[in-house]
Amino acid sequence: MGKHSIQLTVNGVAQTGEVESRLLLVHFLRERLRLTGTHIGCDTTHCGACTVLLDGVPVKSCTVLAVQADGRDVTTVEGLEKDGKLDPIQEGFFQEHGLQCGYCTPGMMMTSCALLKSNPDPTEGDIRRAISGNLCRCTGYNNIIKAVQHAAAATRTRQQEARAR
Amino acid sequence: MATPRTSPEVGGMGHSIKRKEDPRFIRGKGNYVDDIQLPGMLHMDIVRSPFAHAKIVKIDSSKALQVPGVLAVITGETLKQYNLHWMPTLMSDTQMVLPIEKVMYQAQEVAAVIATGRYAAADGVEAVEVEYDPLPVVVDPFKAMEPGAPVLRTDKEGKKDNHIFHWEVGDRQATEKALGGADVVVEQNIYLPRIHVASIETCGCVADFDRVRGKLTVYMTTQAPHAIRTVIALVAGHVGLSEEKIRVVSPDIGGGFGGKVPVYPGYVIAIAASVVIGKPVKWVEDRMENLQADSFARDYHIRAKLGAKKDGTMTALQIKTIADHGYADAAANPSKFPAGLFSVCTGSYGFAHAFAEVDGVYTNKPPGGIAYRCSFRVTEAVHAIERMTDVLAQELKMDPADLRFKNFIPPEKFPYKSVLGWEYDSGNYAGALKKAMDIIGYPALRKEQAEKRKKGEFMGIGISSFTEIVGAGPSKDFDILGIKMFDSCELRIHPTGKATARFGTKSQGQGHETTYAQIIAEELGIPASQVEVEEGDTDTAPYGLGTYASRSTPTAGAAGAIAARKVREKAKKIAAHLLEVAEDDLVWEVGKFSVKGAPQKSKTIQEIAFAAYTNHPQGMEAGLEAVDYYDPPNLTFPFGSYICVVDIDRGTGEVKIRRFVAVDDCGNIINPMIVDGQIHGGLTMGMAPALMEEITYDESGNIQGGSFMDYLVPTAMETPKWETDKTVTPSPHHPFGAKGVGESATVGAPPAIANAVVDALSHLGVKHIDIPITPEKVWKILKEKGAAE
Repeated sequence: MGKHSIQLTVNGVAQTGEVESRLLLVHFLRERLRLTGTHIGCDTTHCGACTVLLDGVPVKSCTVLAVQADGRDVTTVEGLEKDGKLDPIQEGFFQEHGLQCGYCTPGMMMTSCALLKSNPDPTEGDIRRAISGNLCRCTGYNNIIKAVQHAAAATRTRQQEARAR
Repeated sequence: MATPRTSPEVGGMGHSIKRKEDPRFIRGKGNYVDDIQLPGMLHMDIVRSPFAHAKIVKIDSSKALQVPGVLAVITGETLKQYNLHWMPTLMSDTQMVLPIEKVMYQAQEVAAVIATGRYAAADGVEAVEVEYDPLPVVVDPFKAMEPGAPVLRTDKEGKKDNHIFHWEVGDRQATEKALGGADVVVEQNIYLPRIHVASIETCGCVADFDRVRGKLTVYMTTQAPHAIRTVIALVAGHVGLSEEKIRVVSPDIGGGFGGKVPVYPGYVIAIAASVVIGKPVKWVEDRMENLQADSFARDYHIRAKLGAKKDGTMTALQIKTIADHGYADAAANPSKFPAGLFSVCTGSYGFAHAFAEVDGVYTNKPPGGIAYRCSFRVTEAVHAIERMTDVLAQELKMDPADLRFKNFIPPEKFPYKSVLGWEYDSGNYAGALKKAMDIIGYPALRKEQAEKRKKGEFMGIGISSFTEIVGAGPSKDFDILGIKMFDSCELRIHPTGKATARFGTKSQGQGHETTYAQIIAEELGIPASQVEVEEGDTDTAPYGLGTYASRSTPTAGAAGAIAARKVREKAKKIAAHLLEVAEDDLVWEVGKFSVKGAPQKSKTIQEIAFAAYTNHPQGMEAGLEAVDYYDPPNLTFPFGSYICVVDIDRGTGEVKIRRFVAVDDCGNIINPMIVDGQIHGGLTMGMAPALMEEITYDESGNIQGGSFMDYLVPTAMETPKWETDKTVTPSPHHPFGAKGVGESATVGAPPAIANAVVDALSHLGVKHIDIPITPEKVWKILKEKGAAE
């Protein structure tokens, strides 16, 4: 089995690794870097529990090879909180009871983050479509949608405040 | 409980305080089984059978053992040396840990590979060579009972058929007589298919045997850690595992829904491997293993007869059921209830006569019979009665709401003794249905439906007025493996007035860390934010039977309140000592004792707690703590009325839920936000089997629906907006009047949806459709009736 040296940035920190060709990104993150917030739910790209951002784009890290992340930028749930301040999406999930068992939550938040970046004022339909590749068995999605709306409103407020300053 | 008694800062009952578990989950700092990585930990992967029924001719591990990183291959023969190749089920049956002679279902465990890494273990699995000799397969439970059918459980000496058990309740003769004398009798076959809970976290464990200390620690995806510890001690006591040296830890759990109650072979093999090798061993299923081999729910073939007078008064109910249990009865019911609490099938209605019988049957499928977010076969019972009520309404040309109002057990009849033996604690069924009808605007919907029918459009309105039966259970009737189904709380108030409360249950997303803290806050006035709740570690938590069947609030929650009241009793003695008055002169208001008539003279619970360690009365033990093992006097009976409005696409047969109003009554509410969340999730897991989820098998026993490609779990696209409301009818016997809520919606939703679809098609002569009501099924009906577009 071939080995490869990879260099990537994870949550703003440069990381290197010697990896087998077949090593999945999710296992690299969870077992090498011990970033266990990214979960595994299906291994087949259906459930989205393993969603991370690769150069800002949500990908299911159970079907991305670690070598494919070479030279790229990865953001996981652990990278959302900055300087002790929660990301608006984290705040939204907390305020709107957008999670129960917490297992799908990191992936759900990463997908939502990417949505809000490209679409700061999504409709309910936009949100439903965006998270349709992330399964949740506990919440019935209604409060997840509210959480994303909450985050969208908070992000817009933060941006307005920043502009005002 | 309209207005909370405590302030928002204290956060007792009735406050929608934010969840205490969320700060770690939203930061990715939960600690699930697969997150655990111990030094020197090995990985286990499992070889599974491609056949549903086959003799094992040979297992050749030699190539697997050549794979770099592979340390051992464990087979049934290996486990036989320790007499661990079979294990008992919770229903007094037996199941294989690893087979020696034959496999009994597709995806059954055949061998386990232990390796230094996850990938090496998977490589090892690929390299194990197994030779099978296929045997005749039995997938249909009716064929399984025919004379001459292959007998599956050849391991059972003298077993000549595939029958597992017969269970019945009620008076057969009186019921048949009443049906004979009824003005109208409706009869219907109703099938509830095999489905899978599919929690997003699969099952797994890390078994860690410390040879020096002789101690086994198992981190495990289990809803019932204490019972599991006892099971391990009973099953593996002979190999030296003694209960005081077994620690089961259920860390954060990514959804349970009943699927994490059973003991799966993988757990046992990992434990055995760790004991033999002396290193930690991790086993975590992948999704296909989870869907194909873990226990299933439902698979009930029901034949129901309902008799009534011309005016709609229901008089008699008879139900005969064939239950497909797969190759072993590994259900997780209380011991005395092989068909669970199916005898709640008379539902919300007053029957003079009823009779129900269930026959369990073996087939070449994985074990079935566990719950799918419901209390022991209650969903099956509720689906039968709520569907039959609509079948009767259709026959009598009565409005299904009117028929329900006519037959509801009236509020003044509670506590109500049902003809099949339950004592319903409290209820106001008509109140809930009226409220749901008001919210949805029922008469206007009926008018709209009539107009749409004229235009050839299909719209349906479905009602479900269900009664749950949860909170198992009173020790006189309820036990698992002989262990009574109490639950527990151990409460410690620390010198600075903060508390630690440990419970015998285990949250899997229900939010116990928050709601249990609110119960303590309500009883003692210590802010919920200062009550640390712990569960799931058998070394520290008091013994309890775990979380399933909506039993946590009815049992452990009650134990929490009683333990707090015991603390309050002692606190009163200390307060009397501090205030130099008699105990009788003290009154309790939230968080403090004060002197009657002199409210300025008082001691807060925090002051009392400090005194309990620094200035307690002479002759009294120091400290302020209490333990309670709560044995509920009765079950609780949450209820609700759901109304669903569907529109059907004539071109595709697709059912679209336009509106769904859920009025639930779970008694007094601890945290309205969490209750609402539980109902949202329950409704979605009710919609899932009603419209989407089903596991079937072909004639060779090949599973259809063994991956998320084929097993359709609802996404945000299919899930409608849920409209929830409530009525509050407290339980008269529960310490704070609560009933439990985690499963009501899963139980109540399927018949509301099915009734709505049948209602939309009733004018075409459609009387019943089995769930899941897929577009294909509906389109076929439309086509057959000449109504497809």
